[in-house]
Amino acid sequence: MDPAVFARSVLVIAEKNMRIYYFKGPVVVFGLLFPLIMFFTFFIGRDLDIVLFFPGFLAMMLFFTASSVGPLITPWEKREKTYERLLSLPVTLDSLILGDIAAGSVFGVLITALVWGVCAVYLHLALASAAALLAGLILGALAFAALGTLLASTATDTPSTVMMLSSLIRLPLIFVSGIFIPLGQMTGWELVLTSLSPLTYLVDLFHAALNGDAVYPPALDGAVLVLILLIFIYGAKIIQRRNLVKGL
Amino acid sequence: MSIDVREGGIFGFLGPNGAGKTTTIRLLTGVLSPDSGSVRIGGVDIHTDPLAAKLKMGVIPENSTVYGDLTAEQNILWTAKFYGLDSATREMRARDILARLGLTGRKDDLVRTFSKGMKQRISIACAIVPSPEVLILDEPTVGLDVQSRRLVIETVRQMNEEGSTVFLTTHNIEEANALCTTVSIIKQGKIIATGSPEGLKKSFDTTQYVEISFGQPVEKELFVHEGVYRVERRGDKWRLYTDNPDHVVKYLGALAERENLVILSIATSGPTLEEAFVRLTEGA
Repeated sequence: MDPAVFARSVLVIAEKNMRIYYFKGPVVVFGLLFPLIMFFTFFIGRDLDIVLFFPGFLAMMLFFTASSVGPLITPWEKREKTYERLLSLPVTLDSLILGDIAAGSVFGVLITALVWGVCAVYLHLALASAAALLAGLILGALAFAALGTLLASTATDTPSTVMMLSSLIRLPLIFVSGIFIPLGQMTGWELVLTSLSPLTYLVDLFHAALNGDAVYPPALDGAVLVLILLIFIYGAKIIQRRNLVKGL
Repeated sequence: MSIDVREGGIFGFLGPNGAGKTTTIRLLTGVLSPDSGSVRIGGVDIHTDPLAAKLKMGVIPENSTVYGDLTAEQNILWTAKFYGLDSATREMRARDILARLGLTGRKDDLVRTFSKGMKQRISIACAIVPSPEVLILDEPTVGLDVQSRRLVIETVRQMNEEGSTVFLTTHNIEEANALCTTVSIIKQGKIIATGSPEGLKKSFDTTQYVEISFGQPVEKELFVHEGVYRVERRGDKWRLYTDNPDHVVKYLGALAERENLVILSIATSGPTLEEAFVRLTEGA
């Protein structure tokens, strides 16, 4: 297989996803409005330290934005009857999955970087490690965009079904990942439970980046994010191959 | 199943519903993987090197369409990017194809505002934009109006003249007869006949029919006669299939005399590809 042709197919698929899916209602609602509403619901009227909680908010923003594009793409294309033509173009299942992940990642990075930039200026946020912030943005976006693509692998041509499933999986994660209760304040079973959530490691990496108060070593956070990225890609590939022609 | 499509021809793949046409197309386009055997496009195995094989072909799958959220031109330009055409070539090809398909004036409109025929024209445009070695079309004219159907057929013929080998499935036997150089008929997943349309017709050269129209309504039972093996009503005419038209014409003359019927028209005809298809796929 020619790597240049493969890379081109990934980029062309990603371009199509960006043009078509970034402004779809479910992406705007579940990717942008939802984390903002969650943030304001939690913070307004409460005397909380914004600096302490900001890494968690940033991780939640990246988690929702990056994972909101992927679930929509495949079911939408199956419903609109564009999927089989896409499969017939010079693409492979791998390039389709990577193209979908690329689109979700870019969406996540752009929105989250914008939110961080604006908040850093107005709230005078500190930056302990730019490298950790960059690593968190890139690895977190890739890992959770891959989660979105994995969620899209179900054999359905109904986008709302996938968005519901995706909310069912994503919502509980934000309560067990050290977003609303800082990881540093957890002990015992709480810490064990949070260690099972992939989002925890992104929250911790952003703590290392912004406040320098991470619980785990940043290298471990990064390694876990890479590991879950690979697991999600592998899972998406297995399930999407099985469901490839269902709903065509 | 073994199919060998010769370079430069137009190959028609005919079969009744559920015979396996779309499954075959999906195997050819790499959407499905075969349990055994292989598919080679221009000598490249699509399952061992899918990208190289797919770069050689343009495809219109059945019931599949282009992106409604992109304009006509964006759909074509985006598809062309997969094939590595440079920007200037993409623009030029898109302009030429839009003009050829009569869509220049709608190039900036979102495809979701198009009629079914226009969407199919954009599908064709996307399939031919890379000037593919192989053009694979699954029921490309189904559900189209006469103008769109003619345009699609004419475009397929032009692409063939420009060097593309065409593989198409169709339910329209007349279309296959007019367009294809070779035809295969599939039944229950197996090829049961392959040949030129004329060759297939000749294999049923004993099959002829007499078509008659009366000035009065008549019952089908009147046509039950020795040598008539099937009777079909076709609008205001009756078609009687026989191996001996002379005998049937004489019988119909006698029948009109006896029943006091006025004959409006009577004609005999030789074998058709449709007849060959029906005979081959009977009981499918």
